[in-house]
Amino acid sequence: MEPLLIAVIAVVALVVLLGGLWLVRGRGSRQLQAPSDPRVTESSGSTAVLDDAPLDERLDEVDVDEPAGEPVEESLLDLEVGPKPSFFERLGKARSAFSGYLGGLVGLSKVGEDEWEELEEALIRADIGVKTSMSLISDVRAEAKENKAEDGAAVLELLKARMHKELAGKDRSLRIDDGATNVWLFVGVNGVGKTTTIGKLGKRLVVDGHKPLMAAGDTFRAAAAEQLTMWAERSGSEIVRGSEGGDPSSVIFDGVAAAAARDRNVVLADTAGRLQNKTNLMEELSKVRRVAAKEPGNVTEVLLVLDATTGQNGLSQAKVFTEAVDVTGVVLTKLDGSAKGGVVFAIESEFGLPVKLVGLGEGVDDLVDFEPAEFVDALFE
Amino acid sequence: MFESLTDTFEGIFSRLRSKGVLTEDDVDEVLREIRVALLEADVNLTVVKSLRDRIKQRAVGEEVHKALNPAQQVVKIVNEELTTSLGGETIEIRYASRPPTVVMMAGLQGSGKTTSSAKLARWFKSQGRNPLLVGADLQRPAAVEQLRTLGGQIDVPVYSDPSDPVTVAARAIDEARSSGKDVVIVDTAGRLAIDEALMEEVRQISVAAQPDYTFLVVDAMTGQDAVTVAEAFHEKLELDGVILTKLDGDARGGAALSVKEVVGRPIAFAATGEKLEDFDLFHPDRMASRILGMGDMLTLIEKAEQTFEQDEAEEAAARLLDGQFTLDDFLDQMQQLKKMGPLTNLMGMLPGLPKEIRDVEIGDREVNRIEAIVRSMTPDERAKPETIDASRRTRIATGSGTNPNDVAGLVTQFTEMRKMMKRFGGAGTKKSRASKRKNKGKKRKGGGRVTPKGGGRTTPKGGGRVTPKGTKPGKAPLMLPGLDRMDEADFEKLAQEFEGLDT
Repeated sequence: MEPLLIAVIAVVALVVLLGGLWLVRGRGSRQLQAPSDPRVTESSGSTAVLDDAPLDERLDEVDVDEPAGEPVEESLLDLEVGPKPSFFERLGKARSAFSGYLGGLVGLSKVGEDEWEELEEALIRADIGVKTSMSLISDVRAEAKENKAEDGAAVLELLKARMHKELAGKDRSLRIDDGATNVWLFVGVNGVGKTTTIGKLGKRLVVDGHKPLMAAGDTFRAAAAEQLTMWAERSGSEIVRGSEGGDPSSVIFDGVAAAAARDRNVVLADTAGRLQNKTNLMEELSKVRRVAAKEPGNVTEVLLVLDATTGQNGLSQAKVFTEAVDVTGVVLTKLDGSAKGGVVFAIESEFGLPVKLVGLGEGVDDLVDFEPAEFVDALFE
Repeated sequence: MFESLTDTFEGIFSRLRSKGVLTEDDVDEVLREIRVALLEADVNLTVVKSLRDRIKQRAVGEEVHKALNPAQQVVKIVNEELTTSLGGETIEIRYASRPPTVVMMAGLQGSGKTTSSAKLARWFKSQGRNPLLVGADLQRPAAVEQLRTLGGQIDVPVYSDPSDPVTVAARAIDEARSSGKDVVIVDTAGRLAIDEALMEEVRQISVAAQPDYTFLVVDAMTGQDAVTVAEAFHEKLELDGVILTKLDGDARGGAALSVKEVVGRPIAFAATGEKLEDFDLFHPDRMASRILGMGDMLTLIEKAEQTFEQDEAEEAAARLLDGQFTLDDFLDQMQQLKKMGPLTNLMGMLPGLPKEIRDVEIGDREVNRIEAIVRSMTPDERAKPETIDASRRTRIATGSGTNPNDVAGLVTQFTEMRKMMKRFGGAGTKKSRASKRKNKGKKRKGGGRVTPKGGGRTTPKGGGRVTPKGTKPGKAPLMLPGLDRMDEADFEKLAQEFEGLDT
């Protein structure tokens, strides 16, 4: 209550002071525009508390679309495995932008002050971040001096090795416990591709012989559940959805309960996008995670979905989301664009959060495992 | 490392402020820190370089050395350069002489096109227009559904059919004509700037819709790539402006600078929240002010003007400074304030609030609790909160459904605030405050109208659609330290800075 009180009182006092004293009087001549905007009715999130009704009763209320009962139209169900997109191919653009400069470096017999600076700038342009770039370069400089590496090719090799090291040795597998109702929670800011990632992952899991169930925990964004339903139909996954504006925790809990009852082993739990500085929404997310972990749920992954175009704010996202829901890994989406997603370097080195999956396109097969070696190599090829 | 650009600059400048004269070394140090700060804010490297050069040129020149307060001078230069880079002007929408006025939205996936389309439709409605939303995003599952739901919330019809985006756009224009809609907003699918097939498609949509305005929707969190994206879309579509989304996050928003610099078109609108009314014209000077730690004062002022009763507000402010402010006044003003929108949003606009306070989310529930406490007091207690003893506290707590500690906390904070405000009232001399008011009379919204865009795509668009602003915002740094941390010395300083506002 304390900081809140201070905040409220401070705001009221300052606004009154500024508004009343300095401004209104001075600018009295200007016509005030009456706000004619009709207030939009806000779909007030009903904070339904999980009741203690027996599971079966609760399940009856849940709207479960079960593709098994009603065969899905052939055209919708798409389980053919497409060719796995290659990192090298997809990163073609990123590579050319990055190495377009680095290519010139390789031929140099001596790397001078200007080249070091340009090398650092190349890293900055890849969104690796100014501080991480500076420390990478200064490390490599020291190493180069020690090893008497002067020519461009050798320096580049050192930088590459240094970046490899940063990403090496992390467990990037997605955890599925046998015999448990695994819950994978997808979190992130708005518009990063959480729903799409779940959709693509649904198919992957089905192809791998798992039985996924999608829980449409994004009850805020209009039509988010419809979007997920379409993905569920395509992959032959089950889906549990609640009403728009409903309590996300109960939708996800219902999903977990339904999965346990129907022998589904992985619950892909969608959540509404939220900016990490919205305290209330982050608290809501913590609650979602707590509820998802209730019997029979077993939260084995909390995946932060991150848009590759994101700049340094990605660090803040990683930090705050980890504090709120103990993130276990990162999904880097939209890496097939011109953005290089370099912020994951900073995220991995600073928070030790491994990137586990990468989105390389809009197709259902375009979600692949993150290959750190390929990722770094592709930047330098 | 997660402090905002504002905080970074505040740090640098508070150090400089204690210096009398700036040496060239000082300037270099500032410039280095400005470079890092801007890069951390995701301003594109190329843009940072040109900005730094411009600042340096002016900062090491005579301007600074001769100035009475060099640090303030540097702040002023940085502020001006940021404002110039951000546009230095606001867009003014001109409606087509032959309706409908067509607006097209384009951008990457997930930048916020669909939500922004609905927000824009709501904005046009509030301007007395009659918009039609067009769902031409046939790519993302349920995108049209989303648009229909949002359209329903603001009572704006949505046109779409399952044919193809180009046909949908063309039919929508006919539909608008026949149904008498005067603004058409075309939502398109998100696409990557390097996807040639989809970029060609969006160009064809543009040919079919003949938009009067094409907006690129850019996420405020975008990194260095913002420049590449803006260039690619500008080349295909000849953008008229940019809509900056997710500005309510803690991203430092350097993308705004980058995109503006590359495209050379104004940032027209900014989206500052999840609700459909959290959307307004973008004010570059305000953004620059915010970056510099001056808060988003002008927005606040404008909102306050729309909301507060002038006389009442003046009286309240006078009582505040005389130490006569009662909890009744507090309650009144809080009611007024609530009309201006969520308190959390307002707080972000206030200058100099410490971060711990700025980041507190104030929900309606908390505000209601505070109100309940005050309402449970007798008129006497509201006027003289110091008379509230333990038994009164218990009664008030019971009446308001809170606990006595909450009541005590509120009373303590309130009396503290009142004391400070009274001291502040004594600190500033009435005379200079009065003279300042005179200067504040003329403001903004001057400037020329500009011609609407003529005809087809082939006509090069003139740069002119923007209205030059009357005046610049306050140039001196206005930094109100957090109330809870203020001591006498801070007040002296604050009073001086307040007086210096118009210089």
